[in-house]
Amino acid sequence: MDADHSAALLASVHEALAQKTSLQITGGGSKSFYGRQPAGKPLSVANHRGILRDEPGELVITARAGTPLAEIEAALGARQQMLAFEPPHFGPGATLGGTIACGLSGPRRPYAGAARDFVLGARIINGRGEILKFGGEVMKNVSGFDAARLMTGALGTLGILLDVSLKVLPRPQHEITLTQACTAQQALEIMTGLARLPLPLSAACFSADTLYLRLSGSESGVRAAQKKIGGEPLSNQEAFWLQVREHTHDFFQGKTLLWRLSLPPAAPLLHLPGQWFIDWGGAQRWLRNPLPADVIRATAVKLGGHAMLFRGGEHTGSVFHPLPPGLLALHKRLKNVFDPQGIFNPGRLYAEF
Amino acid sequence: MPESAPIPLSHELNALVMALRRILPQEAVLAGAEEMRPYECDGLTAYRKLPGVVCLPDNTRQVQEILRLCTQMQVPVVVRGAGTGLSGGALPLSHGVLVSLARFTRILEIDPDNRTARVECGVRNLAISEAAAPYGLYYAPDPSSQIACTIGGNVAENAGGVHCLKYGLTVHNVLGVKVLTMDGELMELGGHTLDAPGYDLLALMHGSEGLLSVIVEVTVKLLPKPERAQVVLAAFDSVAKAGAAVTEIIGAGIIPSGMEMMDNLALLAAEDYAHAGYPVDAAALLLCELDGVNEEVSELIFQVRELLLKTGAHEVRTTRDEAERLKFWAGRKSAFPAVGRLAPDYYCMDGTIPRKRLPEVLTRIAELSQQYSLRVANVFHAGDGNLHPLILYDANQPGELKRAEEFGAKILELCLEVGGTITGEHGVGVEKLNQMCAQFTPTELAQFHEIKYAFDPKGLLNPGKAVPTLQRCAEHGAMHVHHGNLPFPELERF
Ligand SMILES: Cc1cc2nc3c(=O)[nH]c(=O)nc-3n(C[C@H](O)[C@H](O)[C@H](O)COP(=O)(O)OP(=O)(O)OC[C@H]3O[C@@H](n4cnc5c(N)ncnc54)[C@H](O)[C@@H]3O)c2cc1C
Repeated sequence: MDADHSAALLASVHEALAQKTSLQITGGGSKSFYGRQPAGKPLSVANHRGILRDEPGELVITARAGTPLAEIEAALGARQQMLAFEPPHFGPGATLGGTIACGLSGPRRPYAGAARDFVLGARIINGRGEILKFGGEVMKNVSGFDAARLMTGALGTLGILLDVSLKVLPRPQHEITLTQACTAQQALEIMTGLARLPLPLSAACFSADTLYLRLSGSESGVRAAQKKIGGEPLSNQEAFWLQVREHTHDFFQGKTLLWRLSLPPAAPLLHLPGQWFIDWGGAQRWLRNPLPADVIRATAVKLGGHAMLFRGGEHTGSVFHPLPPGLLALHKRLKNVFDPQGIFNPGRLYAEF
Repeated sequence: MPESAPIPLSHELNALVMALRRILPQEAVLAGAEEMRPYECDGLTAYRKLPGVVCLPDNTRQVQEILRLCTQMQVPVVVRGAGTGLSGGALPLSHGVLVSLARFTRILEIDPDNRTARVECGVRNLAISEAAAPYGLYYAPDPSSQIACTIGGNVAENAGGVHCLKYGLTVHNVLGVKVLTMDGELMELGGHTLDAPGYDLLALMHGSEGLLSVIVEVTVKLLPKPERAQVVLAAFDSVAKAGAAVTEIIGAGIIPSGMEMMDNLALLAAEDYAHAGYPVDAAALLLCELDGVNEEVSELIFQVRELLLKTGAHEVRTTRDEAERLKFWAGRKSAFPAVGRLAPDYYCMDGTIPRKRLPEVLTRIAELSQQYSLRVANVFHAGDGNLHPLILYDANQPGELKRAEEFGAKILELCLEVGGTITGEHGVGVEKLNQMCAQFTPTELAQFHEIKYAFDPKGLLNPGKAVPTLQRCAEHGAMHVHHGNLPFPELERF
């Protein structure tokens, strides 16, 4: 099924340019809920798939954007490696391209890095119908502006991702998750205190009066850290973190709006009604409540953070945290130099471009 | 091409100096040739030029006014941190303003609970870790120039260091920057959170070499100091064996906090300079640092020692205490100045290659060294595949500089050939403009120019650096290995 569809994708872009229509870039459709409502003629990159280069010893994998994320993870898993940012799939169809375009990361993010931290290079089609390659397949590279990382989280508004090279890491030899019952306030204090110590933490979240701390590393190292931290080992830890990553955990069920707040990790508990799920050691907080966006955003800003509407409600208004005017203008200029006719995913990120 | 005579102040330059003196204190504007001399070059000393005028602002408002004035008068601006850059990024323009940010040295905030430090751009890399030390925290990226280089310069070059293998480059350790665009607008990119809304402009600032914005403030991530760190030193009788050892260690699923290699010439020089206790008979020396929880380090040290012996190390030593560990690193970190004592001049190269190609690339470099009759000492961030061949020459010998540059260019071509890049951490600056033509197609270069245009439509910030003009590349056509009949088909697919 591996196939190079870049020529066909390029032709579609030229056609859209000629006909002055816009394109809605799709992969497996697993994250179509994310961001503002897509517009334009659907253009699927799902057939453009296949792992191109897989170099275990180099800690790099390069694959076409339509390659299923599961296929990449299976290839890495077979040799005890992993995508250390633990990308959420949000559905069986998740592709590499969609993963990078959305730029989402899972529970390991504060300790290992985000999607953007692992992007080494990318080949794209820009809005002029040109195929461009940025970055590369080596660990360190400062030739030219870092346009490959810029694609991460841009939701396809700057170009169509064709192939992506990612840095991969060895899987930890050993992992354990420790739980303890506490209040949200205590959980924050514990997470903040532990983060200041040299411990092999790899995830830390709080939900339903329980704090979950994951440790990763060599068996002896994990055991030593476990002694210092205390708490009850969680027997089904893999299933638990999978639920957190995939939002299949109970907290994420139901129809109430789901807000994502990105905050300085030690920021105090927010006085907003609703249910909370604290992840990333305090740096990512999920809130379920139907309050007006302004109230939630203002509260997050006061604590040095920002807020976005992740799921639920109408995704036609402003979904991502609004940008200050100067920054918005700069975004429009950048969009314009990559996609002058505005054909890629118009309005998916912000209404203005 | 050193300039000896002071440049005559042209009419416009005079007007500019006067205007600058109206917005800055007297002592913050330098226009005399002698007082500007320290700014005529950065760490790439083969290129020198006196700027039109030097400004030494000490706050953001002053920089803003300088930028507005220069925008209005259409005068180009080159920003300088500590001037330790090795690619000529801070090389002045004779008709432009050199803005030194050396006075931006305030540490604004250390926030131990959020593990961040907010500092002005001119704060030295090492000073951040020093300020964080009382909290048991430190800033991970540690370029060998860390005593001198500024955090602003680190962002502009996306600097790396010996500990970047495990802890990442500058881009992985910065949470936010405050920047001024050329028109003087202040913008905050990122901040104190792990991500920011919109495009990842924070990432884009890293390695932008002063072409997109002036970075005035940086918020970095701090890490807890590891419980234990220990270095294993291994001596090999061939560079190829040392290279193989690196692959073995990584292949075993171990990510050391640093993995550095030196060849015989480099280690001899370092030993002579820093008395680190290196085995001087080794053809190649590997320093492998393991850090983390005490028990884990014990386990890893054992594993790494086994792997090193298995791959043919004839001597393996583990540091006994912190003093010895620091001594081992001091030797490595002083490798550039140490090699600098072996010859009147040296030219430091910086390419990255896939790790597994190391032995073959080193063999080819040795052949080139013979061909150009110039000695070369090799220092690498081996774990990352980042090479620093140091070419020894004597600029006073006619033709040697040119030969050294040609030799250097060949090494970079070699890096591209094997699927690598022309710069791992030192940047393009003025030095590698020609090689950029080889690494990128004209459309890719045009896209870079357009990115710059989005930030700096008049092209006044550090013009002429980092991204070559298409015209230059056309003239330099011979370098276009990328689209020629390259015998390396994997390059096209990168
Ligand atoms: C002995 C020695 C060892 C070195 N070792 C390493 C190493 O291990 N790893 C490594 O990565 N590098 C190394 N370097 C290179 C150099 O130290 C780094 O590139 C460093 O980041 C440059 O910082 P600086 O403050 O000296 O910047 P400068 O040299 O002053 O400037 C470098 C570039 O950044 C721009 N710039 C500087 N400050 C700003 C700002 N505030 N806003 C916008 N643009 C700015 C300049 O215009 C210029 O293009 C070494 C250099 C030497 C001399």
